[in-house]
Amino acid sequence: MDYEVVIGLEVHSELKTNTKIFCGCSTKFGADQNTHVCPVCLGLPGVLPVINEKVLEYAIRAGVALNCEILQFSKFDRKNYYYPDLPKNFQTSQYDLPIAVNGHLDIEVNGETKRIGITRIHMEEDAGKLVHAGTIVNSDYTLVDYNRTGVPLIEIVSEPDLRSAEEARIYMEKLKAILEYIDVSNCKMEEGNLRCDANISLRPRGTEKLGTKAEMKNLNSFRALEGSLAYETAREEEILSEGGRVIQETRSWDDAKGITASLRNKEQAEDYRYLPEPDLVPIVVDSARIEEIRKSLPELPDARRQRLMNDYGLSEYDVTIIIATKAMADYFDEVVSHKVDAKAAANWLMGDVAKHLNNEGLGIEASPVSADKLAGMLILIDKGTISGKMAKTVFEEMWTSGKDAETIVKEKGMVQISDEGAIIAIVDGVLAANPQSVADFKAGKEKAIGFLVGQTMKQTKGRANPEMVNKLLRERISQ
Amino acid sequence: MKITRKDVENVALLSRLELPEEEMEMYSGQLNAILEYADVLTKLDTDNIQPTAHVLPLKNVLRADEVKESLPRDLALSNAPEEEDGYFKVPKVVEG
Ligand SMILES: [Zn+2]
Repeated sequence: MDYEVVIGLEVHSELKTNTKIFCGCSTKFGADQNTHVCPVCLGLPGVLPVINEKVLEYAIRAGVALNCEILQFSKFDRKNYYYPDLPKNFQTSQYDLPIAVNGHLDIEVNGETKRIGITRIHMEEDAGKLVHAGTIVNSDYTLVDYNRTGVPLIEIVSEPDLRSAEEARIYMEKLKAILEYIDVSNCKMEEGNLRCDANISLRPRGTEKLGTKAEMKNLNSFRALEGSLAYETAREEEILSEGGRVIQETRSWDDAKGITASLRNKEQAEDYRYLPEPDLVPIVVDSARIEEIRKSLPELPDARRQRLMNDYGLSEYDVTIIIATKAMADYFDEVVSHKVDAKAAANWLMGDVAKHLNNEGLGIEASPVSADKLAGMLILIDKGTISGKMAKTVFEEMWTSGKDAETIVKEKGMVQISDEGAIIAIVDGVLAANPQSVADFKAGKEKAIGFLVGQTMKQTKGRANPEMVNKLLRERISQ
Repeated sequence: MKITRKDVENVALLSRLELPEEEMEMYSGQLNAILEYADVLTKLDTDNIQPTAHVLPLKNVLRADEVKESLPRDLALSNAPEEEDGYFKVPKVVEG
């Protein structure tokens, strides 16, 4: 039988505030264990939480950017569960009146636009970190670091509109890009800023009723997301096609083995017994405030894609890579603001720049060659001062020394020779020294010219204008 | 609504409590008494009344996003039954 995959994602994104959601403890990553804690985030008796105004603002920003309706009356609730990563024995979250509902996000799948529904966005606090000697299963006890407890999160819940592991990855990438563009999260998956729970079920194609789902928790890379969902798709398909039943359970992804496995937990049934948070008063947001936030949003990825394609005639492929992160798109915009050829800028960005960044594991914001410097080099190519080939050398030098292109060209005497008289003198010497190649060319061997160009370039240490050399060689031979 | 013994078992499990037999009976009785008392409210006509989100007539109590001093770690850990290397130490969380 042919099965259809149904996937919904719950994405948790840490907000980039200075302080936690309900107390003034720092959210800075990487501090010594239990040094960013206070009576509020430790859940000591008698304390009162107070909402961080930035958390509310960022949650509304995300809601507006994801085309949601912002609820004008919203409140917090207690989600009760007992696990040592939660010192209060409940997580302060939002239940029936979340800050944002009914949004959507458009993704590009195989050249077509597909709309994925966003059910809701709610604000909540992150939990602490459990540390184990050995693995979670074989260690005798658990150590807890509460620094992360109370770090603000938004949870973005999608409709079950995703139909493959690939679509899920594309959705997650797009969501990450939007959260970066609107500057509410650092989105560093390796630091756990952005992580995802996935629900997946299969049903016979053409039927409506949802199948039994499996849930994967804490997928913290695109690889884990796509890999675990692809594995689950195959696993559930095999069970169903053999007439078996999928069990509703939580499964964990083993990144090293590339498999999912059933996660047996002490918690038997999920029953969070939500109740309204008596320590926090409701949040009321008026439409003027929502409009103000809407107006403050920067250009979002879809609009940017359209602009780059329209204004610069870049291909869909090029644009997709450039807009994938805001930093990359900003870099590109800065380069082309110097009135250089946009296509050339895109090629350098996706070629030499991307290659060097990858090699050194750097993000574009840490590139030793700034946008201004790359533009400076492109201007020299444009003016004919250096050839595209020389530019490769200049780029390497810019990368390692941090100098600008003009300085490098001056220091190394790399100025391209475009003076016809000077080139003719060299060309004539090359022709005189290689009579056989001249004879070959005259006999119709087009390849021979390549050798002669090469010899001329060698004599000028690569500085001659290659097009001019080619033209002059042909002229001098036929004279 | 009547609290059954099964409900008490479930709540105890969710709350990580191990209840001896006699307490099981005692809590069933107590919880039923509490719920019966609260049941009075269901006799009121609440058709045209919005659910109460909070008992105080307040809204939007917010604070600025400014870092305040955290607790010194030894003070933070001073109530912990067990600690190790600056961590709170607790029993293992997953059955092996
Ligand atoms: Zn705190």
